[in-house]
Amino acid sequence: MSEVTAKQVLFEPIFSNNPIGLQILGICSALAVTTSMNVTIVMCLSVIAVTAFSNLAVSLVRTQIPGSIRIIVQMTIIASLVIVVDQILKAYAYEISKQLSVFVGLIITNCIVMGRAEGFAMKNGPWLSFLDGIGNGMGYSVMLLFVAFFRELLGAGSLFGVTLLTPVNEGGWYITNGLLLLPPSAFFIIGLAIWGLRAWMPEQVEEEDYKMSRHTHKEAF
Amino acid sequence: MANAKETVSRTLLVALVLSIVFSVVVSTAAVVLRPAQIKNQNLDIKTNILAAAGMLPNGAGADEIESIFAQFDVRLVDLETGDYVEPSFVEVSDPMKYDMYKAASDPKMSTKIPSSEDKAGIKRRPNIAKVYTLSENGEMKRVVLPIHGYGLWSTLYGFMSLEGDLNTIEGLGFYAHAETPGLGGEVDNPRWKSQWVGKELYGEDKTEPQIRLMKGGVDANAADKEHKVDALSGATLTSRGVQQLVNYWMGDRGYAPFLKKLREGEA
Repeated sequence: MSEVTAKQVLFEPIFSNNPIGLQILGICSALAVTTSMNVTIVMCLSVIAVTAFSNLAVSLVRTQIPGSIRIIVQMTIIASLVIVVDQILKAYAYEISKQLSVFVGLIITNCIVMGRAEGFAMKNGPWLSFLDGIGNGMGYSVMLLFVAFFRELLGAGSLFGVTLLTPVNEGGWYITNGLLLLPPSAFFIIGLAIWGLRAWMPEQVEEEDYKMSRHTHKEAF
Repeated sequence: MANAKETVSRTLLVALVLSIVFSVVVSTAAVVLRPAQIKNQNLDIKTNILAAAGMLPNGAGADEIESIFAQFDVRLVDLETGDYVEPSFVEVSDPMKYDMYKAASDPKMSTKIPSSEDKAGIKRRPNIAKVYTLSENGEMKRVVLPIHGYGLWSTLYGFMSLEGDLNTIEGLGFYAHAETPGLGGEVDNPRWKSQWVGKELYGEDKTEPQIRLMKGGVDANAADKEHKVDALSGATLTSRGVQQLVNYWMGDRGYAPFLKKLREGEA
């Protein structure tokens, strides 16, 4: 495990090993919280904080954790951190915490957090694990912000709540695309993003599970 | 080492220590941050009330909101009789602390609504409501009333503000709902909300609320246009829900007895 450097664990997850783009983790919150940039940024910061500190905590106690209860230990650590983050948001960013509602709590079930704790922090030192948490949190954030950019701009005609394209409902010209305000639209945008990412870095393309054999047998008509 | 940490006693010990450490962490966070959270919640309610009454300045800070809100009297009202009741009646020291939505789920403090009358789709109605009145020199200027009811997906919670004649609407705002963004969610649209201003709740007899949400807009020459509001495009059920809940809460099962007493000056 000595080959990984701090720079690698921090920056690789952003494009070349993106948790959403390559590992396809954490999709559900990417659908739910990306209707506006403000909300998305707070969600991203929360996820970065939780992945970083849960990785750190898991890594610190990794030699003490009995194998039979390691998953539940990780869950306890993650769940506690998420509750703390939720409480902090309610105290200092009340408006946004209302919009995020249950999705802060659902960071607990975000596969990225658990995946990094089990996959990286259990085997690496605290500092590297902490950086890996930040890196993966940022990889998640890049994808979420990308999705939120299009959803807010085309769905509501604004960015960060500032109206750029005045919608017809408010007397302007822009007919908002309602689909983009609904969760399924994030699937399309994530799909397009993954397509773009894999066209740029072809090594991310998965091998096909099977190949269609050539059609050789001619049916009699 | 590898074996030592796999024993049953060791596993139990790790589980125990972990539980204790993290329960301390979580409860500390909850206790330390509690005052700030309560302050936020109260401020949020006050902001919504001021917004419905059209009294919220743009970008107002917490102190400003508190000072404007201080003009209001917070009172509790028995919906059946329309009389004010003392906070001690619902066992709170300060009327602000009474939560009428929590009361609505307590059988002792609420009444089941027969389904034939349940226009707002709320099943139970609290017996005591919390209202916000603003008087100047002993004269009623403004009443803000909490209202709620079912739309398409969710219960909408909001406030309706009435002018001193207790008939003209001064503003309507919903602070919590989960209607479809862009369709029913447009109940939050300031342009849509602004049409409510100046509409009249009651007809000549001042008993039955007459609000109607009209598809296709309200013709400037329409009869009863003072009771009609343009419905939300693409949101028939949310619009119907809003119409029903306003008429329910302003009707004789809601605030009508209270408003009647206020009008006669004897509440």
